[in-house]
Amino acid sequence: MLGADLLVAQNIGFSIIAVMMIVGALRVVTVNNVVHAALWLVVVLSGAAAQYLLLSAEFVAITQVLVYVGAVMVLFLFGTMLTRARIGAENDLNNKNWKIAIPVSLLMLGVMSWVVIDGFADERLIENPGEMTQVPVLQISDDIFGPYLLPFWALSFVLLIAVIGAIVLARKD
Amino acid sequence: MSASLLAADLPYWAQALLRVLGGVVAVLLPAGTIVYVFLFKMMSFMQSRLGPMEAGPYGSLQLFAEVGKWLQKEDITPERADRFIFKIAPLVVLASTFLLVAVVPFGPDAWFTDFEAGVFYMLAVSSVSVLGILIAGWASANKYSLLGGLRAAGQLIAYELPMVLAVIGVIIQAGTMNLQNIVFAQNAGSMFGWDGLGNPFILTQFVGFIIFMIAVQAELTQTPFDMPIAESELVSGYMTEYSGFRFLTFFIAEFATAGVFSLIASVLFLGGWGIPFAWFGWDTMDDVDGWMNVVGPLIMVTKMMLLSFVIMWVRFSYPRFREDQLQRFAWKVLVPVSLVNIMITAILKVAF
Repeated sequence: MLGADLLVAQNIGFSIIAVMMIVGALRVVTVNNVVHAALWLVVVLSGAAAQYLLLSAEFVAITQVLVYVGAVMVLFLFGTMLTRARIGAENDLNNKNWKIAIPVSLLMLGVMSWVVIDGFADERLIENPGEMTQVPVLQISDDIFGPYLLPFWALSFVLLIAVIGAIVLARKD
Repeated sequence: MSASLLAADLPYWAQALLRVLGGVVAVLLPAGTIVYVFLFKMMSFMQSRLGPMEAGPYGSLQLFAEVGKWLQKEDITPERADRFIFKIAPLVVLASTFLLVAVVPFGPDAWFTDFEAGVFYMLAVSSVSVLGILIAGWASANKYSLLGGLRAAGQLIAYELPMVLAVIGVIIQAGTMNLQNIVFAQNAGSMFGWDGLGNPFILTQFVGFIIFMIAVQAELTQTPFDMPIAESELVSGYMTEYSGFRFLTFFIAEFATAGVFSLIASVLFLGGWGIPFAWFGWDTMDDVDGWMNVVGPLIMVTKMMLLSFVIMWVRFSYPRFREDQLQRFAWKVLVPVSLVNIMITAILKVAF
């Protein structure tokens, strides 16, 4: 009984958040102010975090908030406010290539739907969501840092090189 | 908060309601206490004056007088401001505080959420307040506000890193990110076989504790890190254009966050709600008696007062950093020291 109730509640929650995310995503590209667009993007990204929470993937959800809302979006806003961020509408935000973006995004939608359906079509969610438990952080770290330690190191080096490159570019002397 | 203390079979909505009420209390009570005891009274005593004395005995009702004053002030929005964003910005900052308090455990059963990755969650939601401050500065349509917001963002990003790195030492030592288990690890632990004091991490992680408190001071934009609201340069920074209730929201958020960060620091480094379990012969979490649900919050409040006293003490004692000194201090002192701290902790953890 409880399981079925939870499933209904989860579906309702999913739908509400999904609608919010779609509206937010559309507003990101239609709104005529840079900062407003960035804030709508915050709505979309936090919506994704909420969806992860609904799937009881807390760790991914928190990472989403920490990385995207807390760091990437703040950096976005910081950058735009330092350079150009007028209050009120700006008319020159859309350039004339915006029509090309529509087929590209439709193609992306198609490819990603295909990948998800192809990869997980046979998977079934747990029948009774009440039994879903949090995945321990220890297990996540074991899964990542056991078999994927070397790729992780390689990634760290890529990031390190990017950081050093940024410093070199920023230094005038 | 004490839902499980009353009865385990409370309906879900009642538990949720109790938790919300508990959260409101856990945010507003520390804020009020800190403002009255430290901001009004201690600051006055340190400056050889009495502070507010008129409202109520010994000025104890001054807080209500202040709130009443702010509530009846006119709610002004600058003409060229971005109205909607201007209005939601203080709420974003306050929401971050409420999200923060959700992971703080107050007793063996007295918690809001028993988050598996509690420390990680705390670090993530504390960075949401930056967003509120940034858009507050931008939406005010005021150069001082914008500068203050940008300074705040730069500072908060810079000091987030030492804070994360300082906490990692504790996580390594406790072997868990769950705040409840960190409390347990400290109180059930022992130092060289002697368990009379448990093993509060302030002793082994003293460097981490100092870095964490410095980072908290900077996150709260308290002096000596108050460039974002430096009154002699920027009027009042991102808060310049705010008046009445919206200013009050910023004000409450500032001191409530001070209280919540003190709570978190006490959980991470001072043993949280616990007393050394050896005193009563408790071995596991289940052995802990029910009365700790009542005593625990009191212990937490005591430790919170102690740590916020330190925060306020520093605030009233030091002059302001310069902007470049601030960044240099974060990147060239705090980050390297905390990295070395992590390395030593990890080596010792493997060795013992």
